[in-house]
Amino acid sequence: MAQPAGERLLKLSRSVKRAMSWQTINRNLPVMDPKAPPVLTEAVREKIRGFFPRYETKRAVLLPALHIVQDALGHISWKAMAEIAALLEIQPSDVIDTISFYTHFWTHSKGKKVIVACRSVSCEVMGGVAVLEELKKRLGIDEHETTADGAYSLVTEECLAGCDHAPCVIINEKLHKRVRAEDVVKLLADHANARLEIPRSDLFDAPAKTAADPASQNSQAEDLVGTTSDVREMRES
Amino acid sequence: MANFEPILLRNRGVTGSTSLKVYESRGGYRAVRKALKMTPDEVVEEVKKANLRGRGGAGFPAGMKWSFLPKDRTRTLLCVNADESEPPTFCNRVLMETDPHQLIEGTIIAAYATKSQIAYIYMRVEFHEQFHIVQRAIDEAYAAGYLGTKIFGTDYSLECYVHRGAGAYVCGEETGLIESLEGKRGWPRIKPPFPAVEGLFRRPTVVNNVETLSCVPHIIERGAAWFTGIGPPHSTGPKLFCISGPVKKPGCYESPMTISVRDLLEREDMGGGMLPGKRAKAVLPGGASMGIISANEFDMKMDFEDPRKFGLLGLGTAAAVVIDDSIDMRVVLRNMARFYGTESCGQCTQCREGTAWMHKMATRIAMGAGRVEDLDVMLQTARNMGMMPGLSICGLPDGATYPIETIIKKFRGELESAIRAQPAGRAKRVLSVLN
Repeated sequence: MAQPAGERLLKLSRSVKRAMSWQTINRNLPVMDPKAPPVLTEAVREKIRGFFPRYETKRAVLLPALHIVQDALGHISWKAMAEIAALLEIQPSDVIDTISFYTHFWTHSKGKKVIVACRSVSCEVMGGVAVLEELKKRLGIDEHETTADGAYSLVTEECLAGCDHAPCVIINEKLHKRVRAEDVVKLLADHANARLEIPRSDLFDAPAKTAADPASQNSQAEDLVGTTSDVREMRES
Repeated sequence: MANFEPILLRNRGVTGSTSLKVYESRGGYRAVRKALKMTPDEVVEEVKKANLRGRGGAGFPAGMKWSFLPKDRTRTLLCVNADESEPPTFCNRVLMETDPHQLIEGTIIAAYATKSQIAYIYMRVEFHEQFHIVQRAIDEAYAAGYLGTKIFGTDYSLECYVHRGAGAYVCGEETGLIESLEGKRGWPRIKPPFPAVEGLFRRPTVVNNVETLSCVPHIIERGAAWFTGIGPPHSTGPKLFCISGPVKKPGCYESPMTISVRDLLEREDMGGGMLPGKRAKAVLPGGASMGIISANEFDMKMDFEDPRKFGLLGLGTAAAVVIDDSIDMRVVLRNMARFYGTESCGQCTQCREGTAWMHKMATRIAMGAGRVEDLDVMLQTARNMGMMPGLSICGLPDGATYPIETIIKKFRGELESAIRAQPAGRAKRVLSVLN
C-alpha cells in the first residue's frame, strides 16, 4: 500500500534544501514545518467522512470537504490541502486543480467579514458602482484586498441572483438588499453580518470551535502559489 | 389574461409556505402519490405529452430528455440544476425560498420516472439562506418518509442531497455541473456521449432545472391536456418572468408565455412601469446571453420562438433587465464583455481568447479610448467565436456572442457618436494607463 499522497508531499517538502547558489527558490513549493500539528481537527475530518456515503467516488467529496475546511479555518492553506488529499485518497495536485477553478475558495486568509459586491448588469444599472466605490473609500482597500487589521475583505463577483433587490452586497452569509452608497457606513457596522441567525440543519452546521486551534495560526505562513502578492513579487523581481 | 392564477408561485405569500405541513394542507404531495401508482414510463409519457420545455435556457423538452436514457440501465442519477448564475435571473431563488417542497415533489416524480436512485441538488454557494431552507425541507421530507428507503410505503427508494457549488457560471452547463459534482474543475465535457448515456460517475444522468421540475407535479396532478392548454402550442405551461432595473416593482412574476416585453415592463400586476423620470432605452429580455432589444421592439412576445425573429438567441431564462436612457451603452457593452471574459472556463481557445479580447476592447471603449473600428473588430470576434454551432464544447461562446453583437448592431449610432465625442488626447492618456 502506497503512502497517502499528503504524507509524500510533506516528506518531499522536508527534503528540499537550498544547497547550491544556482538553485532557484521554487515559490510554488510550500515551506512546511514538519513538527506542526495537523490543521484539520478530528471533528472536521469526521464531518468530511460523513459525506462519503453520498457519492460513488471519494473525489466527489472534495467540494463539500473544501467548504467544511474553509468554514472551519477561514481559508484553505497548503497544509490543509495536503491533508484533504490524504483523507480523500487523491493527489494534492488534484485538490489544487479544483480549488484554482472556483472563486469561492481562498488559499490565503481573508478578513473576518468578507464583503461580496455584485457588479453585474442589474446592479450596475441601479448604481452598484457607487456602492463599490464607497466601500473602497471607507475601507481604504481595493477589490480583492483585505484591510490591515484583518477585519474586512472586499471582493466583487458576477450576478448574485438578487437582481430584484439591486444593488446587492453579501457580507459573510447575509444578503443586503437595495444598498445605497450612503448606507455603507451602517452596513459595515452591522453586527448581524457574522452568520445567519436561522436554525441550521446539522449537515453544514456552524463549525466546531477549531478557529482557536493553534494549528490554524501556523497555516498563515504557508500561503499558496498564485496569490496576487506572489504575482506582484514576480513582476518586481 | 389579466387574472392568471399563479401555479408555480401559488404558495408565495402564504405564511409558513416552506414547511411541509402548510405545503400538504394546500394540496402538496398529492401528485407524487398519484405518480407512484403509475409506471415510470407512463409518467415520462405524460410529461412528454405536456411538451414541458426546459426552463433553464435552452428550452429542450424535458420528457424527451428522460426518454433518451438507455433502456437496459441499472443505475440512474438525477441532478437538479440550481446553479442559477445567469445575470439577471432569480426565478429559481424565488421558487426555492417560497416553495422548497414543490421542488422536492417534482424531484421525486422525475427521479421515479427516470428510475434514479439518487438526486443531487446542485446549488450555487451564494444561496446561503436558500440552502438552509431547502435543506430543512429535505430533512422534513426524510422524517415524513417521503425520501429515503421505501418512500410512501412503496418499493421505491430515493436519496436526495444538496451539493453546493463554489462560484462558477459555467457549472450551470449540464456537463460542467456533472464535472463539478465529481469534485473536479467545472469544465464542460465534449458531447457525445450525452449525460443521458454517460454522465455523473459515468452513469446515465438526467439534469433538469429547478423551474422545470417544479412544473412536473402540476402536470401529473392535472394532466398533460390542462398543461398544454396554457400558452401558445410551442411554449406550453406557466413560466416565471423576472424583471429588474429601474422599474416600479422589480420581481418575479408568473404568466403563460403570451405576454410581451412591454406587458412585463408596464402591466400593473408586473413591472408597473418605469420609475419616475426614467425612460426605458433597451431591455435584455432573456438573461444576458440572449441579446438586447431596443425600445421599438418591446412588442416581442416572450415565448420560445418569437425572440429569434428579433435576432436573439432564444427565450433563455426569461429574466429581463431594463436599461434606462441615463445609462451609457458603452457601460452595458463592457459589463457584458467582462462577464463572459471572467466566466469563460478556458478550455476552447476561441472562447478563452475571444471573450478576453472583447473584454479588453470593451473596457477601452468604456474608458473613452475607443475607436470606431473597434466595433467592427468586436463584431468579427464575436461572430468567429460563437455563431457557428459545434465549434466549442459548450454554449458559453454563443451566449457571449449575442449580447455583444446585438448591442453593437442595434445601438451602433449611439456607440459611434460617443466614441467620436471623446476629447482629444483622452485615448492616449487611457492607453498609457492600461498598457
